[in-house]
Amino acid sequence: MRYCPGCGHGVVHRIIGELLVELNVRERAVGIAPVGCSVFADEYFNCDMIQPPHGRGPAVSTGIKRARPECIVFSYQGDGDLAAIGTAEIIHAAGRNENITVIFINNAIFGMTGGQMAPTTLPGMRSTTSVKGRDIKKQGYPMKICELLSALDGPYYLERCAVTTPKNIIKTKKALKTAFRNQVENKGFSLVEILSMCPTGWGQTPVQAKKWVEEVMSKYYPLGVFRNRAEEEK
Amino acid sequence: MAEKRLMYGNHAVVEGVIAAGCRFFAGYPITPQNEIPELMSIRMNEEGGVFIQTESEIAAINMLFGAAAAGKRAMTSSSSPGISLMQEGLSYIAGADMPVLVVNVIRGGPGLGNIAPAQSDYYQATRGGGHGDYFTITLAPHTVQDLFEFPRLAFELAEKYRNPALILADGLLGQMMEPVEFSFEPIDPKDLPDPEWALSGCGGRERRIVRSYDLKQGRLEELNVLRSKKYKKIKDNEQRYDAVECDDAHMVIVAYGTCARVAAAAMRIAREKGLKVGLFRPITLWPFPSDVLSDMSKRIKNFLVVEMNCGQMIDDVKLATEFRSKIDFLGRPGGGVPTPPELYKKIEGIYGGMQ
Repeated sequence: MRYCPGCGHGVVHRIIGELLVELNVRERAVGIAPVGCSVFADEYFNCDMIQPPHGRGPAVSTGIKRARPECIVFSYQGDGDLAAIGTAEIIHAAGRNENITVIFINNAIFGMTGGQMAPTTLPGMRSTTSVKGRDIKKQGYPMKICELLSALDGPYYLERCAVTTPKNIIKTKKALKTAFRNQVENKGFSLVEILSMCPTGWGQTPVQAKKWVEEVMSKYYPLGVFRNRAEEEK
Repeated sequence: MAEKRLMYGNHAVVEGVIAAGCRFFAGYPITPQNEIPELMSIRMNEEGGVFIQTESEIAAINMLFGAAAAGKRAMTSSSSPGISLMQEGLSYIAGADMPVLVVNVIRGGPGLGNIAPAQSDYYQATRGGGHGDYFTITLAPHTVQDLFEFPRLAFELAEKYRNPALILADGLLGQMMEPVEFSFEPIDPKDLPDPEWALSGCGGRERRIVRSYDLKQGRLEELNVLRSKKYKKIKDNEQRYDAVECDDAHMVIVAYGTCARVAAAAMRIAREKGLKVGLFRPITLWPFPSDVLSDMSKRIKNFLVVEMNCGQMIDDVKLATEFRSKIDFLGRPGGGVPTPPELYKKIEGIYGGMQ
């Protein structure tokens, strides 16, 4: 895989691959690889894949799902892709309760382009376009996607996880399983936000990066379920 | 005889798209094409198709990308400012060799412009429009009947060459009423086979990838060269035009769409007064019907290009005629439409100065 040591993409890819088989949907799955580091995802999943313009994954997913409702469509997106350039597409796909599964990797930085500030970069956090740390007076506040989408009536399922410890990885897999199963059962829009490490972009070692997600990032982006209509409808 | 109905141009597009077996529409409201999504929302529901009113034209074109990649006929309609927003998506669709249909009911520009008919998106349509080396097949209807028939032709060409196709109408064609003959048997979407690129799940076959990027050294160059060979094939095989009374003509008007209708009326006035004037009407704007025009320019020394813009197609006429002939121009930009007497006056002036 063409990901850096300590990067979270590999772990999430593995979980998705396992789930496609466990849920027996690989042969009818269509995956979306975003623009960003995980553009290479189209090579790593053994199922049909498409690579759309930056941020437009939810719109392309909508097109595929509506054209072939029998397909299981998943949109894999980073934070630049989903929370910056593709904000309109994700909000409206959620609002329409499109029956798709979205995997949102939040590593608080633009990885592929070399560590620039992302919409999810924390206040005070350094990047190549905020070298003295994100100045909230000039560069504003981060986007909290799960909180933002949970203001809508549309989405069926929203959860934020992290891929830092074995315990968290198991939780992430459980959340993603729910997100895929919801689609199989025609429930509607499911999004799992995953806090993920970018040691290269952050200028940290893999161990430091993991610790930073645990101690800093998940304080700003609390883990948990933000919407589960299956529970509400019980 | 086939059924005939009096229809708006925009409504004829809807029936033409459905008769072409397309059951996927995504679009965003914009004048002067709103009758298309309005009727489409009803008709797609009746036909069991997909209608999505999108959050933007950007979303619409990307939904088409998804639907086309899934192997289904998919279309959108918009007008100039909305078509500008679609250029990113069109570039990716062209780069992934996917067939989609985009109808542009052109209005005055640039910017928000106005809602009057125009032909000012000619360059955008015939030069690729977005980034990268690519072209889009572009058809120019001139009647409401064309608006009914061209969606089928556009889908056939788009699928044959795996390339996006545009229909370039204007506000006047979209808003006017004419009788339409339902000239062909409607296609049942069930009779359309799944294309070889369709993303439908890899059960029982190798997995497929649809993408416009390739980072391997030298590979993108190869892909672009391959695509340029495809474009040459389209240019060799698909130039379409109509030539009216050009055989004995001393001068020929070149015009498409609404301007071709005005030109036909002006030509009649000229012919009645004994002036030998012909009309050359490109039907494909890309590929431009250069071959016939080139031959014609060996005999005809005067061309008059008429456009609802400041002069865009005139460049293609100059390239086709290789500067052998004198080329005059009458243009009405910003929503202006030339009138037959105005055009006749121009013809008379040029004709008077000829040898």
